[in-house]
Amino acid sequence: MACIEARGLRKTYGSKVALDSVNLRVEDGRILGLIGPNGAGKSTALNAILGLIPYEGELTVLGRNPWTSRDQLMRDVCFIADVAVLPRWMRVSQALDFVAGVHPRFDRKKAEYFLARTDIKPKNRVKELSKGMVTQLHLALVMAIDAKLLVLDEPTLGLDILYRKQFYDSLLNDYFDRNRSIIVTTHQVEEIQQVLTDLMFINHGRIMLDCSMEEFEARYMEVMVLPENVPAARALGPIHERQVFGRSILLFDRADRQKLATLGEVHTPSIADLFVAVMGTPAQAAPPVPYGTPPPVILPGASR
Amino acid sequence: MSDATNNAMGNLMGNAAPPSNVVAGSPHAPATTPQPFYWSVRRELWENRSIYIAPLAVGGLILLSFLARAAHLPARMRAAEALEAAEQSNALAMPYVFTALIIAVVALIVGFFYCLDALHGERRDRSILFWKSLPVSDLTAVLAKLSIPMLVVPAITFVTIVALQLIMRVLSTIVLGLNGMSAAPVWTQVPLPQMSLVLLYALVTNAIWYAPIYGWLLLVSAWARRNTFLWAVFIPLGIAIVEAIVLHSGHFIKMVAHHFNSIESAFNLDPDNGSMITPLSAVAPGKFLASPELWIGLAVAAAFLYATIQLRRYRQPI
Repeated sequence: MACIEARGLRKTYGSKVALDSVNLRVEDGRILGLIGPNGAGKSTALNAILGLIPYEGELTVLGRNPWTSRDQLMRDVCFIADVAVLPRWMRVSQALDFVAGVHPRFDRKKAEYFLARTDIKPKNRVKELSKGMVTQLHLALVMAIDAKLLVLDEPTLGLDILYRKQFYDSLLNDYFDRNRSIIVTTHQVEEIQQVLTDLMFINHGRIMLDCSMEEFEARYMEVMVLPENVPAARALGPIHERQVFGRSILLFDRADRQKLATLGEVHTPSIADLFVAVMGTPAQAAPPVPYGTPPPVILPGASR
Repeated sequence: MSDATNNAMGNLMGNAAPPSNVVAGSPHAPATTPQPFYWSVRRELWENRSIYIAPLAVGGLILLSFLARAAHLPARMRAAEALEAAEQSNALAMPYVFTALIIAVVALIVGFFYCLDALHGERRDRSILFWKSLPVSDLTAVLAKLSIPMLVVPAITFVTIVALQLIMRVLSTIVLGLNGMSAAPVWTQVPLPQMSLVLLYALVTNAIWYAPIYGWLLLVSAWARRNTFLWAVFIPLGIAIVEAIVLHSGHFIKMVAHHFNSIESAFNLDPDNGSMITPLSAVAPGKFLASPELWIGLAVAAAFLYATIQLRRYRQPI
């Protein structure tokens, strides 16, 4: 059984379509990055998965309907919405008491073990902690819950770089295993490129790209070419082109790797570069790509 | 951020795996069965400490003023002894009855303001996203909030009043004893067990009678984006004004005002009885339970609560 399965998932706010017939499937043991600009529908999708909003269409999370059985679902699902949701008046010991009191899968010893490695004291109130420490606390609570799905919505927003890096290291080392799944949305895509097993781009409520990281690495190639090689490279049908230090960097989808290698060094693009290529070009970036229609792999609203 | 914090962060977030006894323990076997309702009530008390601090603080003030006037006690006692039996009893009972009234009114106000913030505060500070990330249903959460004005506050009120009255009586005995006077009238003329029983009955019936009021305040708290107090007051006021203009009548406002008076429905008070101490014979549970207004009120409260639970499901943080 898939961890999350959605068919024709749709959500509108008045006349604004936040999710437009989204189909998606997340298998167990995956770490999915949901990437999109602000207002693309990321949070709406996560809120629907977490049972926080009603929706149209079919959606099953761990075999349950999230809207009608949120409280049962939350035994198996954890989420960190962002760093600011732990109540400010709460003491650390109270947070432990409460979660231990209501959650059948919470291991208090484990949470205390994680907290013992920080400067957080049980008597501290959340409002006395720094933003990074609040994240440590929330993560310690969540990692002590034996859940099947963890949903992270911009979990590192507003944290400095050390906390951000260590946040993901900790998740991978102390938490993630093949029986759990993680969905994460973030704007800091470069930090999670090595973490993800799957990648999804979303824009205007539609899924623009849905692939595993193996597929991503096999399909997308980036070549930096000298000006004299640009026409030859363009002939191979790049999906995007940009200029760096007088050289052109061309991004290809499913091109002939050997041919590309004759034009320059081939490497895997960053998620951010692919994102720009797929989602359209900001004004100050490269000249428009003069080559044909977008490749067929990038289908609006597509799914596997 | 300090280096110490960074180091600690590195340790938490770093490579060190948890010790095997922690991981290999039995994470699947909870130590105790979950008690979402109990812990939801506890959490309300953690957040809203005024629920017990306000009655205790006012109780403390009452005791202080009682002590400050303790020097006059022998004189008042002598004045009371000169009165007729009924008036003597009233004179002696007055401080005790006033104490109970003040604490009860303070507790009611605390309960009202608690309700107005109960579902608004968690949306305002976005902590509702944390509460909703845990396996506690909206039904449990709302019922826990309702139990504060209906169970917890009356219980605190009862204990506070009885304790205060007891302390006041012991203090009176000591003061009178130091002045070489007998405190016997304080004990015989002010019957504490009977007063406590009447108080308990009044608090229980009042909590039930007020259910639609608490339900309304919780509903506004779940619905309004801001100014919960103004909405809670001005919507009923608006209905009353519309009724006055359109129908030239005042039934709605009379009905609402009447519903703030639970005593009339729960007691058979004899208007000719001048005693400040309500006799046990005035307790009228049969009349209370037979009152249609009680049952209509409870039905309205149930509707308000249903709407509140639905709003908690649908509404997003503010």
